[in-house]
Amino acid sequence: MLPATLLLLLFLTYPLGLGTWLGFTDAKVGRAGVWVGLDNYEYLFGDAVARLSLFNTLFYTVVASVLKFGLGLWLAILLNQNIPFKSFVRAAVLLPFIVPTALSAIAFWWIYDAQFSIISWTLVKLGWIDTYIDFLGDPWMARLSTIAANIWRGVPFVAICLLAGLQTISPSLYEAAAIDGAKPSQQFWYVTLPLLTPIIAVVMTFSVLFTFTDFQLIYVLTRGGPLNATHLMATLSFQRAIGGGALGEGAALATAMIPFLLAAILFSYFGLQRRAWQQGGGDK
Amino acid sequence: MSKEETQDTGGMNYLVSLPRRVVIVYIPLLVFLLVLLFPFYWMAITGFKPNAELLSRTGNPFWVIAPTLDHFKHLLFETAYPSWMWNTVLISTVSTFFSLAASVLAAYAIERLRFYGSRQVGLGIFLAYLVPPSILFIPLAYIVFQLGLFDTRWALMLTYPTFLIPFCTWLLMGYFRSIPFELEECALIDGASRLQILTKIVLPLAVPGLISAGIFAFTLSWNEFIYALTFISSSENKTVPVGVITELVEGDVYHWGALMAGALLGSLPVAVVYSFFVEYYVAGMTGAVKE
Repeated sequence: MLPATLLLLLFLTYPLGLGTWLGFTDAKVGRAGVWVGLDNYEYLFGDAVARLSLFNTLFYTVVASVLKFGLGLWLAILLNQNIPFKSFVRAAVLLPFIVPTALSAIAFWWIYDAQFSIISWTLVKLGWIDTYIDFLGDPWMARLSTIAANIWRGVPFVAICLLAGLQTISPSLYEAAAIDGAKPSQQFWYVTLPLLTPIIAVVMTFSVLFTFTDFQLIYVLTRGGPLNATHLMATLSFQRAIGGGALGEGAALATAMIPFLLAAILFSYFGLQRRAWQQGGGDK
Repeated sequence: MSKEETQDTGGMNYLVSLPRRVVIVYIPLLVFLLVLLFPFYWMAITGFKPNAELLSRTGNPFWVIAPTLDHFKHLLFETAYPSWMWNTVLISTVSTFFSLAASVLAAYAIERLRFYGSRQVGLGIFLAYLVPPSILFIPLAYIVFQLGLFDTRWALMLTYPTFLIPFCTWLLMGYFRSIPFELEECALIDGASRLQILTKIVLPLAVPGLISAGIFAFTLSWNEFIYALTFISSSENKTVPVGVITELVEGDVYHWGALMAGALLGSLPVAVVYSFFVEYYVAGMTGAVKE
């Protein structure tokens, strides 16, 4: 009864193993590699671009995730209010998440265009700036621009998932807190947040995983440029393996992401466990 | 606002005064909506703009004075766009149905057939869902090449299920768990086989779950980028996202109008499917995250 197992073994477990193995070989496109031990990793460790991509990936993930969480939680709380056209608003909010990222990234590319950027146009008309901003040409500007695009895409996911969590919190808890004299901010800290923690942990794990391994946005917006300032590990491994033909090196880069992902998963798993216990102990 | 008033209104939203509500709820919400939806508006308006308007710096760029269908015409008749569209539809549909079928069997087996280690398999499925494509594409490219599937639609139809099956299985496991055991026991007593139970009892009850999983899987495979970019090289086999990115960008001359029109047309189908099944989609997304 398990054709799924077969397919997953062939196309998931096996590639995962194969990828790790390729990382230890000097395979090129069209040529099977031989075992070279840790050479790829040593080479990458000494490679300034690879180290830069690690920094970029961490920076990208941390900044984007923190902002996605903050904005997502805020949006979720707003959506949880009694507002008109609730279901319509909720559907519209999720739109950035469901359209193909590659295609919405094109829209951002156009929005960030050095000569015709609509943001620059507006700011110039408002008289806030004099020259057009070079969104994707300057290293730091490019980093922040890609992060902004990533946040734009990720906030709806975080918000809708957290909204689902918020809706499971019984209103009577807030009433009880209000009767006890809790201010709105206190209600948030002592009622909403503790009850939401388990779902926050899961949602943010997903968010961090997908941000860390992001590929499409960068590939479309900058291809890693300017001066490799926006290269993430995923885009660099694509460039090295498919563009440059060095499969082994690319695979090593991709494999190097796994420890970070595992760390994120374990962090949230143990965080979640502890919170669940605290809740059980606190409530009963 | 004084402290006493805040205390009075706390928790009971209907008591919050209107002006205050406008400031703390409606204005932020409006800003969120504007920012989240602006790129789509911009995509649409650019798609209809004639080139002259696109490149002029005078006038109001937020509006289009002489809308034109030129970009769409160019896209549909002078590029391989229609065949990318057809590829995407075909690949998404096939891999979705394939994954659903496999996932139903897998989820049912994990949930109901009490075999040794079923819990571990369930956990394994969840972990498999967390493996991101950007780690797998290199070894998968290697395998696809060895199987002689490189640059065929089969390459994508066979690899998309690697992220669809774990997701669908996980979602369906949750649904199957919510179906009462007793129904199946009744059917067993009446002499139904496992397969009959699955097709006549469990599946009809799990229809909402199937729709959720199907919609989600469809949009996921529609949006897939990195595999399609890596495994496909000839223009007529490309999917919409990859085709638009790789074929419509020629050198330094960006055909913004055509790019935006392509992005708009490529986003529409998922947006339409999504708008009909929002509730199922949200249920699928949040259902997969809960637990």
